[in-house]
Amino acid sequence: MKLFNITNTKTNSSSNKNGGSSLGNDKVKWLSLPYIVWMIGFIILPLLVIIYYGLTSGNKLKNLFTLGNIRLILDPTNFKALRLSLELSLISTLICLLLAYPLAMILSRSRMKSNNFIVMIIILPMWMNFLLRTIAWQNILERTGIINTVLNFLKLPTLNIINTPLAIVLGMVYNFLPFMVLPIYNVLIKIDKDVVAAARDLGANSIQTFLKIILPLSIPGVISGITMVFVPSLTTFVISTILGGSKIILIGNVIEQHFRVGNWHAGSGLSIVLMFFILVSMAILSKYDKEGEGGSLW
Amino acid sequence: MTDNKLINLINISKSYGDNVVLDELNLYIRENEFLTLLGPSGCGKTTTLRIIGGFENPDKGQVIFEGKDITKLPPNERQLNTVFQKYALFTHMTIAENIAFGLKIKKKSKDYINDKIKYALKLVNLDGFENRMPDSLSGGQQQRIAIARAIVNEPKVLLLDEPLGALDLKLRQDMQYELIRLKNELGITFIYVTHDQEEALTMSDTVVVMNQGYIQQIGSPEDIYNEPQNAFVADFIGESNILPSIMIEDKLVNILGTSFACVDTGFGRNKPVDVVIRPEDIDLVKPEDGIIKGVVTSLLFKGVHYEMEVNANGHDWLVHSTDLVPVGNEVGIWVDPYDIQIMNKPESEDEEAVELDI
Repeated sequence: MKLFNITNTKTNSSSNKNGGSSLGNDKVKWLSLPYIVWMIGFIILPLLVIIYYGLTSGNKLKNLFTLGNIRLILDPTNFKALRLSLELSLISTLICLLLAYPLAMILSRSRMKSNNFIVMIIILPMWMNFLLRTIAWQNILERTGIINTVLNFLKLPTLNIINTPLAIVLGMVYNFLPFMVLPIYNVLIKIDKDVVAAARDLGANSIQTFLKIILPLSIPGVISGITMVFVPSLTTFVISTILGGSKIILIGNVIEQHFRVGNWHAGSGLSIVLMFFILVSMAILSKYDKEGEGGSLW
Repeated sequence: MTDNKLINLINISKSYGDNVVLDELNLYIRENEFLTLLGPSGCGKTTTLRIIGGFENPDKGQVIFEGKDITKLPPNERQLNTVFQKYALFTHMTIAENIAFGLKIKKKSKDYINDKIKYALKLVNLDGFENRMPDSLSGGQQQRIAIARAIVNEPKVLLLDEPLGALDLKLRQDMQYELIRLKNELGITFIYVTHDQEEALTMSDTVVVMNQGYIQQIGSPEDIYNEPQNAFVADFIGESNILPSIMIEDKLVNILGTSFACVDTGFGRNKPVDVVIRPEDIDLVKPEDGIIKGVVTSLLFKGVHYEMEVNANGHDWLVHSTDLVPVGNEVGIWVDPYDIQIMNKPESEDEEAVELDI
């Protein structure tokens, strides 16, 4: 099963290129037309619309260019939401990294036939609806949920996890962990066994080999893993709505609220601010991740 | 070259699942020797090297290095270094950092490391490459860096796992001379793994021919070529005519019904044997002057010589000769007695295994 070999897309695209030249350039251009239409219609245009709304005021008489919507981020409530979003997504990313790296390491080392099976188990939750998974966690964590029922039964003090930042971090880690495991796993299995053997041969013990060889060589995978966990964590509003109640407001919730009440300009302005943070992390990704590890997951 | 046994492999066995790779292998390597493990893929030569290097643990047996048992020692604690087939350079480091890797681990001083880098790069003819990245080098250059990276650690033994396998023919020949020069300058022991018999014959002091986990023959390149001990060795090293024959008595062998004089003794009377005759050792003479008569059935120009097949006594004899004899002509075949190599028919189990492979 080739389901998990994310890096395969790279070889596929290059073979397409070779095949394409025999087809003739005109045909290739024609074949890529639907994709170009798709890109313009569903990516470029919406982006331009957001930028337009974000940089204009709703005033029809003087529909002027304004930075007012962007400046909304300086509003204490919004700023607090952004800061909390950044904090929680950074924490989640860090936890994901600490969990995912050893797991990816173990997976890449084991030469078992069950390898693909284990990778599938990691991916399996991704086949279930994101909302379902998060609501399931809500049920588990609730005051009268599974954890507290068990604790009650054992006459232990109940836990108050739901509607706290902890619950949100838990939801983020649970939902986004596979996005950290897979790019790291992909980069680790590509490290030549002989390169590791060479380090041992030259006198490095296993810790030195890890720090000087394996870790530096896996950085591209780590960077793309970080980006792929950090970006959805930063923008999520579903996880915070379901697991945070109405008590914890993330920047995603703020934007969602603006759009829900029809305030397109404010929502777009804040979206642009958020996009800035995402672009920065993408810039980091493209700088370190020349191989395109997992970027194709998007 | 001294008779000092630097490395001694005793009763080494190794299998992967049901696949027996090495079976009770015994081999010693002398100090300052250029020893080559030669054999087809899957013969266990690379596994033997990896066991010496410490990358594989044998299921049974011992690896003795300078009198000490190092069987369980991890690679980083062994006084030998390896040059890998696909170079295995650290792509995230510059050439200088690659070469310095082992020395930095050993906490050598900066001056010492810099001197060593300069020395090693000079030794492999790549001065001035310190700040290049491995990816920007050609295959041959990368392999030289891999060698430089290994030898700066002053190992007593350098293990080379098909180091020229990924290079093209011309480069491979140049690198053979380089390796011989390096070996002489460094004065250390080389253990070399290859499936290329020409490489093995050109560079080695001792060649170990292996097949299916067994050692078939150990000897100097001349011994291995001129006096193969069994049909596998004869067939694997160079081209040869392997002919089922009967040893009539000492110094007389019946090959395909015709008696030939030879120099071998001690095989007994009327004993079935295999005879090896190298194609370049067959002289084509006038039909009436030959030991047997034959007809040329094919002719190929190979550059240095012509390759001909001569049908005689119901067998196609492979002949290399600088003289051209057109197809269809009758010729006489003459073989000097000392060019006939007599081998026992396979008897033991390991030699039987060889037979199956041919």
